[in-house]
Amino acid sequence: MTKPFFKNNLPKMTDQTNSMNRRSFLKSTALAGGGLMISFTWLSAFKSSGKTDPGLPAWAELNGYIKITPDNIIKILNPNPEFGQNVMTSLPMIVAEELDADWKDVVVEMGPHDSLKLGPQFTGGSNSVRMYWKPLREAGAAARYMLMQAAAETWKLPAEELTTHAGMIVHAKSMKSGKYGEFASKAAGIPIPKEVKLKDVQTFHVVRNSKKNVEGLKIVTGKPLFGLDYHQEGMLIAMIAHPPAFGMKLKSFDASETLQMPGIKDVFTQKLYEEGFEQGGFDTRTFNDLLVVVGKTTWEVMKARKKLKTEWEPAGETKDTMGGGGRKREIVVPGDLESTGAQLEKMQEWASKPAQQLRRDGDPETAFKHAAQIIERTYNAPFLAHNCMEPMNFFAHVTDEKALVAGPLQAPGWSEPTLAKLLGLPADKIEIQLTRMGGGFGRRAYGHYLYEAALISKRVKAPVKLIYTREDDMTYGIYRPMYTATYRAALDARKNLIAFHVKGGGIPEHAVHANRFPAGTVDNYLAEGWQIPSNITIGAFRAPRSNFNAAAEQSFLDEVAEAAGKDPIDFRLELLQRAKENPVGKNNEYDADRYAGILKLVKEKSGWGKAENKKYNRGVAAYFCHNSYAAHVVDMVMRDGQPYVERVTSAIDCGIVINPDAATNMVQGAVVDGIGNSFYGGLTHKGGAVEQKNFYDYRIIRMHEAPKKIDVYFVQNDIDPTGLGEPPFPPVFGAVANALFKATGKRFYQQPYIPQLNATPRAF
Amino acid sequence: MITLNINKKNYNVDVDQDTPLLWVLRDTLGLVGTKYGCGVAQCGACTIHLNGEAVRSCVTKVSRAAGQKVVTIEGLAEKGDHPLQKAWLELDVSQCGYCQAGQVMSAAVLLKENKAPTDADIDAAMAGNICRCGTYLRIRDAIHRAADIQRKGTEKT
Repeated sequence: MTKPFFKNNLPKMTDQTNSMNRRSFLKSTALAGGGLMISFTWLSAFKSSGKTDPGLPAWAELNGYIKITPDNIIKILNPNPEFGQNVMTSLPMIVAEELDADWKDVVVEMGPHDSLKLGPQFTGGSNSVRMYWKPLREAGAAARYMLMQAAAETWKLPAEELTTHAGMIVHAKSMKSGKYGEFASKAAGIPIPKEVKLKDVQTFHVVRNSKKNVEGLKIVTGKPLFGLDYHQEGMLIAMIAHPPAFGMKLKSFDASETLQMPGIKDVFTQKLYEEGFEQGGFDTRTFNDLLVVVGKTTWEVMKARKKLKTEWEPAGETKDTMGGGGRKREIVVPGDLESTGAQLEKMQEWASKPAQQLRRDGDPETAFKHAAQIIERTYNAPFLAHNCMEPMNFFAHVTDEKALVAGPLQAPGWSEPTLAKLLGLPADKIEIQLTRMGGGFGRRAYGHYLYEAALISKRVKAPVKLIYTREDDMTYGIYRPMYTATYRAALDARKNLIAFHVKGGGIPEHAVHANRFPAGTVDNYLAEGWQIPSNITIGAFRAPRSNFNAAAEQSFLDEVAEAAGKDPIDFRLELLQRAKENPVGKNNEYDADRYAGILKLVKEKSGWGKAENKKYNRGVAAYFCHNSYAAHVVDMVMRDGQPYVERVTSAIDCGIVINPDAATNMVQGAVVDGIGNSFYGGLTHKGGAVEQKNFYDYRIIRMHEAPKKIDVYFVQNDIDPTGLGEPPFPPVFGAVANALFKATGKRFYQQPYIPQLNATPRAF
Repeated sequence: MITLNINKKNYNVDVDQDTPLLWVLRDTLGLVGTKYGCGVAQCGACTIHLNGEAVRSCVTKVSRAAGQKVVTIEGLAEKGDHPLQKAWLELDVSQCGYCQAGQVMSAAVLLKENKAPTDADIDAAMAGNICRCGTYLRIRDAIHRAADIQRKGTEKT
């Protein structure tokens, strides 16, 4: 239906306003009969904010985001896929703010995938608010302007004499006032202004005030919201039998027993990409040769799939053709059947080889040679599975003429071009409906399960919902890569940090962010990276790379501070002071002042160093990513030989906070997620097969293991909003490791930490 | 044909005896508030009440529910105003929301049996419910709040 808004890269912050097709996204039309609602009747049957829907009112559409009825119901479309970051509430709040609407009059609806009208529609990279901040403000302000013009015409008064207040247009002199609804139909005919004045952020009354999740009631009353809840009459259920291991493929199968099972319609093989198919930048897949079972109900298909007789064989080396970024290239996928032990040995071997230099300041070699003390530590971390609570699934109904697909997807604009190519349909014949997602964490940026569903529907010529079981979801995932990094620090005789070296590697990528702290704070600096190719599919996982760096680097700095005889917060603040006054090198990504700001805030709010907190084993860490800053102080206690995080104090600088209580919730969640993954998270392989299958062998943090208290403090400033979903997550890993050291006297170099409690430390 | 009583309503379903109740609810009856998370009673997303007990419907054969009283999230309170539902909204607990119906159903049995649960009571009763977004603190607080609402409601009447 629409052109992809962007292909492979996120829009730069500075491009935000220009990158939207202004004329089309602000297009206004008077609509009679609410025709746009029809495709979403299954979702919109349940109203937001508990408001009664008047049926089919005469919606006046002021632009792609705003529709208003004569009786003043203001409908705001949320453009971005919702996976728990609460954009269904926070993005419409931005529109409502500039529209100067009364939030009580607002109903929110999830927008369809329509990038021309609704912009990038991308959930990931902590970008939702960042990229929509200006466009949504402009959309709200433009509509407000048009409503005021309409009122001026109606009242025959100069528009300059009118003001607005909470959904009312007011003429103070004559005491005239009217609700937006009265002028909406006329306003839809007013030309869109070329320029609009945005509010002074100090006058905000919607944004910066906590608003409840607009879907809260639907969630707690069990209304259909998620992809797995999507239903269409006559819909079949499909499941895939995939190879038991990465590096394997199907040799032969016998489905005779399966086909005799009740409810089973068909069993067939399906290739995801034909040889030489040019994949987009995010078109990673897990397995290419799929064995598909289609039947009437989920349980019937689950049972019948178990009756398949399959033979698998090593796939050997294969090739992928990638077309992302406008550059066609072939990638060789190794054929090894990988095992965790061998992966670790290989990483150790590669760590001693020469690597790619990523940044160099000063003369690190000489500085290390003359150091009074050198500290060297190696950290590593396993693959992680996202384990979204809602397993991967998608609905598809593909015919010769068109396709309707619906389900949980973070990046519809990335998936649409590939889907069009796979189906041989023009993009304007493809409709993507975006359901609420039961978690995402990066996993649903990769649309292969949508392509699989569409190809299956095309083949069986029926509407189909593809479902992954939990075991499918865990064993054919897109994982957080396996990482390692060796850090070296050189101290002079006076315990000053004179050189810093990081050499990071991983399968199949390294995690080094060469231009982040402590780059810029030390005269002699070297960052290097190396990577080992693999057939295990990887992708974004909440704060990609940062989630490892913050663990390793922040644990390491704790040890360096200890060696230097300094308080870990003061040590970091000294380095940041240096970066502020006299930064080393160019391209330092972070703002030293804001970085120091969160450390000072967390120090104050946690009562760092205060006697009353002596009973806790305290660890601190701070990190910068997605243009935001986050610091945590973790308070740990030991009970029956097990560590528990009792309390956490968090300081965040993400600029203007749209919805403070929901933002606090997200930070608290990130803290719990960080504790859980650092304590327990880990995916291992044996002969290419994932060794964990379900929650009985992949441990997820549970309520009794979560802290009793997480206090979240936001730095108050008027900086345009930056990321929030990801930034609080990475530093948790480091703060937990540092608290563990206080609690056990032992440093933790290997994730997950809990299995290391009683293990003998090893370099790798 | 199996007769089920779900949310005070009778249904006749023609499914295999060994079908988990979860899939009968979701696929056959369209009651999709009960969620699939793991299929092996590890995550609690599919929690329902069977004769007032919290059970994992993903491992409960439909035959076990025949003629018994089943309550799902859709039937917990006719108007969606159970003290837990109120508390969940008041504290804005949900993030992605996928696990929350199961959390509420587990908590409802706890609150029925324990009018004033402590943190430890809550942790013990809720250990079988995973929330991948990490909303545990708010769930804990919301259960305390619901206990308050429940107590006050009782006082009034």
